[in-house]
Amino acid sequence: MSDMRPMDRREFVKLLGGGIVVVVNLGPLTLFNSRDPLDFQRGYPEDINAYLHIAEDGKVTLFSGKIEMGQGVMTSLTQMAAEDLGVSLETIHIVMGDTDTCPWDMGTFGSLTTRMFGPAVRAAAARARLVLTDLAAERLGVARAALAVEDGVVYAKADRSRRVSYGELARGQEITHTVDEEAVLRAVEEFKVMGASPERLDGYEKVTGAAKFAGDIRLPGMLYARLLRPPAHGATLTRVDTSAAEALPGVTVVNQGGLVAALAADPETAAQALGLVEAEYDVPTPSVDTESIFDHLVAAAPAPNTTEAEGDLEAGRAQCAQKFEATYYNSYVAHAPIEPHTAVAEIKEGKLTVWSSTQAPFSQQRSIAREVGFDAEDVRVITPYVGGGFGGKVSGQQAVEAAQLAKITGTPVQVAWTRAEEFFYDSFRPAAVLKVASGFDADGKIKLWDFQVYGAGSRGSDVFYDIPNRSVRVYGEWGRAPQGLHPFAVGAWRAPAANSNRFAAEQQMDIMAAAAGIDPLEFRLRNTTDERMLAVLNKMAEVYGWEAATAPRSDGRGRGLACGIDAETYVALVADVTVDSATGRVQVDRIVCVQDMGLVVNPDGARMQMEGCIAMGLGYVLGEEVRFEGGKILDSNFGTYKLARFSWMPEIETAFVSNDALPPKGGGEPAIINMGAVVANAIFDATGARVYRLPMTADRVLAAIRST
Amino acid sequence: MSKTIRFTLNGSPVTLDSEADRTLLWVLRTDLELTGAKYGCGAGLCGSCTVVVDGEAVRSCLRSVGDVEGREVTTIEGLARNGELHPLQEAFRELGGLQCGYCAPGMIMNAYALLLRDPSPGRDEIIQGMEKNLCRCSAYTRIVEAIETASAQLGGGHE
Repeated sequence: MSDMRPMDRREFVKLLGGGIVVVVNLGPLTLFNSRDPLDFQRGYPEDINAYLHIAEDGKVTLFSGKIEMGQGVMTSLTQMAAEDLGVSLETIHIVMGDTDTCPWDMGTFGSLTTRMFGPAVRAAAARARLVLTDLAAERLGVARAALAVEDGVVYAKADRSRRVSYGELARGQEITHTVDEEAVLRAVEEFKVMGASPERLDGYEKVTGAAKFAGDIRLPGMLYARLLRPPAHGATLTRVDTSAAEALPGVTVVNQGGLVAALAADPETAAQALGLVEAEYDVPTPSVDTESIFDHLVAAAPAPNTTEAEGDLEAGRAQCAQKFEATYYNSYVAHAPIEPHTAVAEIKEGKLTVWSSTQAPFSQQRSIAREVGFDAEDVRVITPYVGGGFGGKVSGQQAVEAAQLAKITGTPVQVAWTRAEEFFYDSFRPAAVLKVASGFDADGKIKLWDFQVYGAGSRGSDVFYDIPNRSVRVYGEWGRAPQGLHPFAVGAWRAPAANSNRFAAEQQMDIMAAAAGIDPLEFRLRNTTDERMLAVLNKMAEVYGWEAATAPRSDGRGRGLACGIDAETYVALVADVTVDSATGRVQVDRIVCVQDMGLVVNPDGARMQMEGCIAMGLGYVLGEEVRFEGGKILDSNFGTYKLARFSWMPEIETAFVSNDALPPKGGGEPAIINMGAVVANAIFDATGARVYRLPMTADRVLAAIRST
Repeated sequence: MSKTIRFTLNGSPVTLDSEADRTLLWVLRTDLELTGAKYGCGAGLCGSCTVVVDGEAVRSCLRSVGDVEGREVTTIEGLARNGELHPLQEAFRELGGLQCGYCAPGMIMNAYALLLRDPSPGRDEIIQGMEKNLCRCSAYTRIVEAIETASAQLGGGHE
């Protein structure tokens, strides 16, 4: 929006009510910023990635455009700020995902928060400490070097009675400092708050029911809306009759520009009214379904993007003692956060405020402004706690709907999708076909790797094994797939594409190891010289107690191994499984997961993410699959769509390869990428059967066992 | 037809004029402004709306408000006493039995009813008793640990 007016720094500080503000402009972050120049035309100083405010009462507020959806960054970002500022965790209040007060942010996804935003927070905090120390030096008449900071108090090292608190120093000030990434950070050995695992800052509110999610916002006069939905993607509304709904007392009906909704003071009345709306649709004949999608993905694929090309595949084939070709399949899966997409919108004095369950408040601000006809500066998106995202809450259709309805009705409106709407409008993880040809020479060295991905994308397809002749070709990367490749929306799902790519790549590794008669760990160690990969594999072997053996042992119990790199984190896992050969049912008994994720900011938080990845991963590995006929989604609730649950849980052990010299790497996704292969490899060890398609339901496992 | 419905909510009497067939979840969330119980699926399949009625875990999305007439309803908001967290709440918080927190009220209330029925459940009983509650962040193993911890702390006797 060209009418966004950048605010002058001075004006901005005044708005915060005095004190000290430290803003950060972190150069490398711009790499990840939107390419859209309009994003930079903001309501406050436009070059900021992060800022901190130290108020006159000593309270510190950290403003972050990131959001908290369970991944724990509210706690880890606060820890980072507390560490470098030299205050206790309790001193800091964090404001997240509010477009009026927080610095612009691209969105919370890609395991980027700690890696990319963390340095900005630390730089701001470190600089704030320097500013405060300098003020104290002046106030106390002591040189900066002779001062130290503890718990928000600056004191003379020689005489601790000569002291002044941050609050006292901030009083009467109106200071703004800008820093770049060169600000000095605390060394690892000095850490007091980082590297520790305090209780989650959001824990108390979340166990008492006090935590507010978008659907918990209550405004005077607010109406609950239910919207008319088509029976299938691609369907067009041919007739609608809302008269019966309109006759219902207390109901407002909207029928404008394709938006048909019933609104009432409680959601049940709105639903009842919507049920009275008569609608007819033209539904296109389905051309593709759950089973035929794979042939379609290959047939309809655009030209490939070659992401890796080394050596010569033909020469590679000639060097191989044994060669293997396999095709792997992955299904559409839903994000299925337990909180469906929800938003509340209110228009007051020309300003539109939307409370939204979103991973990307700033891009929602723009899309709402565009769709609803507001200037972006008059749209404020506030992000309460988000009840799970996993990539699915990047899109914000529900927020646009709530805003449109608030504009039309002139009242505050809540749009909370039902579970069926959530399954219908979700941007699914794309189905995928992976064709792999590979081979090794007489020494068990891989000489050929020909990897083709259809429908998913490139993430997780990079080759970290030392293979001289290799090619990776990606057909229809998910964000850029041509219209019609997928019958409905697809999007980022916790480590997009990597779950499909690792499922194929790490099974292919095991197929080769088994054929070579080499222990699968030894086969991997023999084919990589990447130090970080060797370290996680060796650590994994130690934690698990790995003893070399050639798979399969085929006695109903098996172990599998897989490894990979995601978000610059290295990860290796082992799974133990028990397979019931009569039913094909798989129980995962134990998982060991080892990560090198650089400096670990909050070890327990990192473990929670690893455990969550493993547990959530079992869902897509063993049960989750969105079935469909053309644009019609056949799974609309948890009765048929199988998420992982309590009884599926293995014993989980997590460990780290210590690598404090490396800045923090991603933690929210890496452990999930290998879940398919690690379980498939264990199933092979247990049964001698290979399962090439996810999810590995009992039926599919049984079919694989019977055909082996 | 609107009627007067009386029940006990978190220890206090409540009187409502409401259609008896309205869903308990929405009456709690809208009329009574207790938003702790969450909508997750509307079909009793996820457990995020779980409240406790006369000591039993109930899916409030499947129960009518008329059905709790004269009964005792406890929601997540009523679990802490005088600002003191219930041992289950304490254990969920300390052990990380939640991530996004959306399923947490239902998980905790389901566990509360489980411990009322069986104050010292074994691990298998906990898993069985919690099986129908879903956590997409998949904090399952920590939730089991939290319930074990709370059970031990309550010393097998639990109110």
